[in-house]
Amino acid sequence: MTDLAATDPLPKPKRDIAPILLPLALALLTIPLIGSTSSWLTLTVASLAMGMMIFIMASGLTLVFGLMDVLNFGHGAFIAVGAYVATLVLAPFAASIQADSLWMNLAVLAPAALLSMAVSGALGLVVERVLILPVYGQHLKQILMTTGGLIVAEQTLYALWGPQIIPMPLPTSLRGSFILGDVAIARYRVLAMLIGLAVFIAIQLVLNRTKVGLLIRAGVENREMVEALGYRIRRLFLGVFMTGSALAGLGGVMWALYREQVHASMSDDLTVLIFIVVIIGGLGSIGGCFIGAILVAMVANYGGFLVPKLALVSNILLMVAILMWRPRGLYVVTSR
Amino acid sequence: MMILSGDPPRSRVLTLVLVVIILALAATPFLFPGAKALNVAAKICVFAALVASYDLLLGYTGSVSFAHTMFYGIGSYAIAIALYGLGPNWAAVATGIVVGLPLAALLALAIGLFSLRVAAIFFAMITLAVASAFQVLASQLSWLTGGEDGRSFQLPELLRPGTVLVSRNLFGFEINGRILTYYLVFAVSAMMILALLRVVNSPFGRVLQAIRENRFRAEALGFRTVFHLTYANCLAALVAASAGILNALWLRYAGPDTSLSFSIMLDILLMVVIGGMGTIYGAIIGATIFILAQNYLQSLMGVASRAAGEAGLPLLPGLLHPDRWLLWLGLLFIASVYFFPTGVVGRLRKVGGDKSAGAH
Repeated sequence: MTDLAATDPLPKPKRDIAPILLPLALALLTIPLIGSTSSWLTLTVASLAMGMMIFIMASGLTLVFGLMDVLNFGHGAFIAVGAYVATLVLAPFAASIQADSLWMNLAVLAPAALLSMAVSGALGLVVERVLILPVYGQHLKQILMTTGGLIVAEQTLYALWGPQIIPMPLPTSLRGSFILGDVAIARYRVLAMLIGLAVFIAIQLVLNRTKVGLLIRAGVENREMVEALGYRIRRLFLGVFMTGSALAGLGGVMWALYREQVHASMSDDLTVLIFIVVIIGGLGSIGGCFIGAILVAMVANYGGFLVPKLALVSNILLMVAILMWRPRGLYVVTSR
Repeated sequence: MMILSGDPPRSRVLTLVLVVIILALAATPFLFPGAKALNVAAKICVFAALVASYDLLLGYTGSVSFAHTMFYGIGSYAIAIALYGLGPNWAAVATGIVVGLPLAALLALAIGLFSLRVAAIFFAMITLAVASAFQVLASQLSWLTGGEDGRSFQLPELLRPGTVLVSRNLFGFEINGRILTYYLVFAVSAMMILALLRVVNSPFGRVLQAIRENRFRAEALGFRTVFHLTYANCLAALVAASAGILNALWLRYAGPDTSLSFSIMLDILLMVVIGGMGTIYGAIIGATIFILAQNYLQSLMGVASRAAGEAGLPLLPGLLHPDRWLLWLGLLFIASVYFFPTGVVGRLRKVGGDKSAGAH
């Protein structure tokens, strides 16, 4: 970084790579602790897959906060709604799910995921208009309103689907693992990683290469200035909110398939997890959210393997450690 | 008005309602025979104190904490573990109190110093994370806490239902250890609520309200806001832990579902918002409405659900099912945040007490 400053007279924004090195260092450090390379690889793939799923769910939350200073405590509801909606498609086509053909499985899975995203996104529209718009700019009321929304959504899910746990079996072709030497890598985890990576790249491309992305980034940094330039930031925000909700729905489907079950209480557990990720990453930062999600998943997987008892509080310890280092999260993008 | 710290209800209707509630609670053992009524009354007392302590945070400092049940649970578990481990005697009760209250205060101090420096939203998220970790911890450390089953224990001799203090022949009522326990719960809760009323009407309470209204300005006036917020957080934690102790003593049990679960946190939120934030009196009203609804509305909903089911209506039986009562309270919650953010108390004050409110 210092070399760059010496050769380039214009002050450029510094590239902050320390947070990127953090998960790499964590992964390398645990090799000697775990001992066997094959278990280490399995754990690493597991962490990456879990991290990608958490990232998909958390990305909307962090953008919504960064752009409009709105923290949606009901974000977890979109996750649960997404998972429940997927069962609507997956249950009637159980035969295609059990068929041992990747294409037949995907032919059911893809519409299910798309429908979940559509429903979660539409719900996002309603929530933004009904719950968030009236209390815009008032933090306390926002927290209360969205918490109320979470209660209502969860109870409605119970009322519609009943309180029991709904099984959600993985498609046959996604079961089992690839065997590379003596390393077993679960197939579904590879798929989850690929989808997560695709979402991350897509978000980065939209944010960095399109005009809408430019406006969003500008809005995160200084909302009033963007408004003063004549852009309707409320509409932009609604779009971001709906996209974030749709992504949460997608994450919900993936998480439900990962756990192979659906239950309305999943929104509570995951809300805590994605909040930790969003705090670690720095509110409003997509890159931070990505790294935070991987860190949380790594600590959960490695920690669970090495010191199972510690896994219970590992997330909190990680959060405390990160905030000791950087009190506002890994990357600070907002001035708030 | 010394006992109310110069902060009377300021509304005739509100005063009347409060007097009725308090008299009814005081006379429950004699007016409403049966175990259920007494349980409901004890729960109202405990929750009124718990919600009042939460109101100190939410209503007076404007910080949303999701860790309030954690302190409540610390109190419950401290007394339960002490009485379970040391046997049913008063030394064990004292041990539970001496261990539980400072533990709650210390934890509140740590959380406060760590997260109250920044925006309200940060505090809300961090308390949520810490509370959920604590809940997992409590259910996993089963050698200490009894895990998911919790801990049942015996009370000291004097507080047991079998102990007859005044026999039935004397007044026509039997006063036993159970009723004595009830009055212990009632009296301690009342004292805590009065103490909180004192706190919020002290100069310290005024500073808290100043911070709620404009933190920057309060800081500019020379108040150390982090100190005040942390202090309020510790006070609220102490009262919550005491309420937890009372609850455990009443139930003779402490477990994750009765003292730690996230749904209790949501209940507290609902009670404080429906009753009225920033009033302390709202806690009594909110707790009474909520717990009465919880215990008696459900049977009403059961009737409605069956009726809708027999009429062959779609969806309605599911929506009106007694287990879905929280759905309707959730809707009420959203509506009250939106339409009357000052809750029942604020509403009543506006209707009945404009003159005295203006003089205040």
